[in-house]
Parts: sequence; structure tokens; C-alpha cells
Amino acid sequence: MITLTGVRKDYNSDVVIGPVDLKIPKGGVTALVGPNGAGKSTLLTMAGRLLGLDSGVIEIAGYDVARTDSKDLAKIVSILRQENHFVTRLTVRQLVAFGRFPHSKGRLTADDEEVVSRAIDFLGLGDLEDRYLDQLSGGQRQRAYVAMVLSQDTEYILLDEPLNNLDMRHSVQMMQHLRRAAEELERTIVIVLHDINFAGHYADRICAVKDGAAVEFGTPDEILTDEVLTRVFDTPVTVIEGPKGPLAVYY
Amino acid sequence: MAETTTSSSQRSTPTATRPVRSSRSLPTRRNRIRYWTVVGILAVLAAGFGFGLLAWDNPMPIGSEGFWRIAEMRSTNLVVMAVVAICQSIATVSFQTVTNNRIITPSIMGFEALYVAVQTAGVYFIGAAGVVALQGLPQFTLQIVVMVGFAMVLYGWLLSGKYANLQVMLLIGIVIGGGLASVSTFMQRLLTPSEFDVLAARLFGNIANADSSYLPVAIPLCLVASGLLLASSRRLNIVALGRDASTGLGLDHRRETIRVLLLVSILMAVSTALIGPMTFLGFLVATLAYQFADTHDHRYVLPLSALTCFVVLSGAYFVMRNIFYAQGVVSIIIEMVGGVVFLIVILRKGRL
Repeated sequence: MITLTGVRKDYNSDVVIGPVDLKIPKGGVTALVGPNGAGKSTLLTMAGRLLGLDSGVIEIAGYDVARTDSKDLAKIVSILRQENHFVTRLTVRQLVAFGRFPHSKGRLTADDEEVVSRAIDFLGLGDLEDRYLDQLSGGQRQRAYVAMVLSQDTEYILLDEPLNNLDMRHSVQMMQHLRRAAEELERTIVIVLHDINFAGHYADRICAVKDGAAVEFGTPDEILTDEVLTRVFDTPVTVIEGPKGPLAVYY
Repeated sequence: MAETTTSSSQRSTPTATRPVRSSRSLPTRRNRIRYWTVVGILAVLAAGFGFGLLAWDNPMPIGSEGFWRIAEMRSTNLVVMAVVAICQSIATVSFQTVTNNRIITPSIMGFEALYVAVQTAGVYFIGAAGVVALQGLPQFTLQIVVMVGFAMVLYGWLLSGKYANLQVMLLIGIVIGGGLASVSTFMQRLLTPSEFDVLAARLFGNIANADSSYLPVAIPLCLVASGLLLASSRRLNIVALGRDASTGLGLDHRRETIRVLLLVSILMAVSTALIGPMTFLGFLVATLAYQFADTHDHRYVLPLSALTCFVVLSGAYFVMRNIFYAQGVVSIIIEMVGGVVFLIVILRKGRL
């Protein structure tokens, strides 16, 4: 379980995130949705201890992220930021192998190699594992980053807009991979999403964030209603019954 | 580029045909052969230039007692070159890794400007005797201490505050360096031509600047600092991924950065205090080493960069000494030939 208690981040006197109180249960996919600048990514990066809190406590599986040793936390939670650019030239496999660093400190054992291979295969990158990252398309590279996070083998996985810049096909594939990771590998995945329909279809729970506060938390059926979405996004939204569940129409 | 489909039935096929899957730093046989070939060639060149410097123009027949006596006297230069090569190359590669930037060198952090300012101030205030007054083991040690202290104040101040930011630190380093350089230029304007002439000789990177009495301090500092950096190669590999990724993998990025920068400042201070400014050398050698090694792994890149640096330095010294009879100004040929080689490599490969 991820627990946020009175979490606050002050950017300046006008922009304040929080105080946020939120409980994200273990298991499944939880999507954070909301308008731009609402604080979704801020909350996620604070939970992944990449950004310090100004007040409040975030606990993941009972460990306070601000107090727990970063080394130990790296075995419980992994996080992937939106922008990933590495100056060094890496093959897919070398990148994914970095995910084993918290466990092996850079000295890979046969077990580590096995975990790396499984993560690569899980995302369908077996053929590409010796390619360099700069030889991949955007969708393949995004998959490689997710494979790295999977090979870290943590119970909790935090992803900041992994669908950014992906086309329809790759977005759908990515969400299917993540669903499978949640179900088959029993990971708890928290993901920032922009498309409310993706969240509605693939997530088990949706948390709506607005003006630095978590305003709604519930199942997709509870969140995907005209009233809730219109209020959260400040845009008239109509939810219709689509062929695969509710569909938010906002254009 | 065709993308693979990701249905599970198709995924298992490629893995079955590949016998061993491993995440080695040099993934294929070709990479490994290439790496060790480059190491071999560089080692031969290093040995060749090294021996050439001892033997060329040596009036005594090779192997005779007199030959070795002359060679022994010249060998100090070789030791100095080895120290400088290790310092410059390891420092630059590590610095580029922690700053996540491959087009800067630690020289811009003001080390060289500080050295130039100290030397110029010596001549300005004391006259030509100032150059002499700045030589000697205590003065050498003091210069290293001042440079490392300067670097630590800068890093400590800029990297431990609330708004700790590497880019701001670099910028302030450059600004301070620029400020020191203009103070030096101003003082140089006011020197008499003869004093300026004495000073100018000190301001080119010059192997002959080094005094063998400095070596008992320089060698241990160089070996300890570069040894510690080599030992943290695996962590440097992670640091190279940037702050967020390395924090996510459980590395204390800030502590690691400050530790590496401290070691880098020691190496740069030793090299600069020993032979003077060598702005371009580290940058050139680091870039070449990345191309030669063709791997991200610092366990391979760091030793290769040191070897490359020694070859470049001893090659330049050999050419200057035995062809142009101008052994003083090694940095000039390094910047000229090195710049050309650098451009060719970059234009051919199209990436850093």
C-alpha cells in the first residue's frame, strides 16, 4: 500500500501541491489523471523520492520514503520519469541490466541475467536486445525503459506518462504489457495518464488530481461519469456507452 | 526498421536460438576483439614513444652503461607524462560522467585560470624572481591545496544547498575562471617585455616545467585519486544515467557527485601545478577514448583513456623534441594535431 499523509510541496506562494491524503492499495493498476499542472507528476516523483516533500509523510509498504535508505527503497519501488536521455551509448540489454543494480551492485550473477532476460522477453524485446538505444524507434525505446524498471524487480512501479509520444498501437501495447505485469507478475503499478479513456479501460482504480489535491478516488465506473469528469477537467464531458465500456467524449 | 510483434507465441523463438544471453559491457565478440586490438596498438605506440624518447639522439650505443645513464635522466620526463596522462584522462572522463555532459572539461572550472593568476601575480608583484619564488616542493603542495580548496568550496556551496544544481555550479565555475583570466591578462599588460617572456614560458603546458622533486607528492596523489575513481567504475556507470535514474536505482547521487568531483579536483590540481595548463588534452583524450572503447562501462573506458593520453602526450613530446627541436610547448602540437584528429573522428562517426 502507498499512503500519502498531509503531503505538501510549495513551489511558490501561488503554486502549492497538497496537502494530499491518499491511500493506494496494493495490487493492480492505479491511474493518476487530471488537467495539466494539477500535480500528478509531482505526487508521483515525490512518492519515488526523486523530489523532496515540504511536509507530510509518504509510506510505501510501510517504509517512509524520506527516511528509508535509498538503497533499500530501490528494492521496493522503482520509478520511470517522463524524459529519459542518456549520454552514454547503451544496448537494450545493458540498459535493462542496470535495473539489477540495487540487487547486484553492478556485479551481475547468473540469476540477475535470468531476470534481465525475462524482463526483455516480457516486453517483446528479445530480437532487439543487442541493438543500441539510438537505433530504436520511440516506442521500442519506451519499452526498453519499462523493461529496465521491471528487471529492478520491485513490488511497486511508478510510471510518469509512459504513453507520452506513443502512437495508438504502441500506447495500446504498452498498456497491455503493464496490465500483464500487474496480473501475472503481481506488481502494483501507479501510472500518470493523460487519456481518460485509457485510464478507464486499463486501470483498476483512478485517482483524479486537480489544483494540487486528490479530488476523486475510485473504480473507473465511479470516475467515468459526466458530473465527475466535467468537474475535474473543467471541460464539458459526456460519457457514452462504447463497445468496450464507458467512453468519455470531450470534443 | 520493422518492429517486432509482441504476442507471446513469437517472443520465445529468438531466445531459443541464442545460446548465452549476457549483459556484458562488450556485448559481441567483435566488440571484444576491437577493444583489445586498440589496447594492443596503443600499448605498442606508448612503448615505442617511451623508448624513442629515451633512445633517440642518445649519443651512447644502445645497451651500454652510458646509454642507460642518459636514459635515466630522461626518464623523469616519462614519469611526469605518465602522471599527467593519468590525471588528465581519468579526471576528464569522470567529470564528464558526473556532469552528464561530453563537451566540457574540468579545466573550465577555473583550475587553470587560478594557476595562471597565481603565476602572473608572482611575476607582477615580485618580478622575474617571482617565477623562481613559486618553485619548490612547499609551493607546489600549497598550489595543489589552494586549487582543491577552491574547488571544494565551490562544489560544497553549490551542490549542498536547497537549490543544488550542477548546471549553475558549472556556470559559476566558468564565470570565476573568466574573472581570474581577465585579472591575469590585465596584470600581464603591465609587465615589462622581459618579465612577460619569463612568464609566458610558464603558461604553456610544458613537460619541462615539472621538477622531479615534485614527484614524491604528485605520484601518490595521482595514484590514490585515480585508483579510487577506477574502483568506483560500477557506480560511475549508474551516475552516467543522470540524477533521476541513479536515485531510482538506489544510488545517493549527490554524495557520489561530490566525492567524484573532489577526486577530479585533486587530479586536475596535481596536473596543472606540475606542468601548467593543458586545456584541450583531457577533452580530446576522453572523446577519443569513448570512440575507441565503444562501451559505456568505465572499467574499460578509464584505463583506455589513460593509455590514449600517454600516447598523445609522449607522441607530441617526441615530435616536438626530435623534429621541431622545440620541446617546451607540447600543448601547441596537441591542440593542433589533436583538434584535427578530433574533428575527423567526430565527422566520421557523427556523434560524441
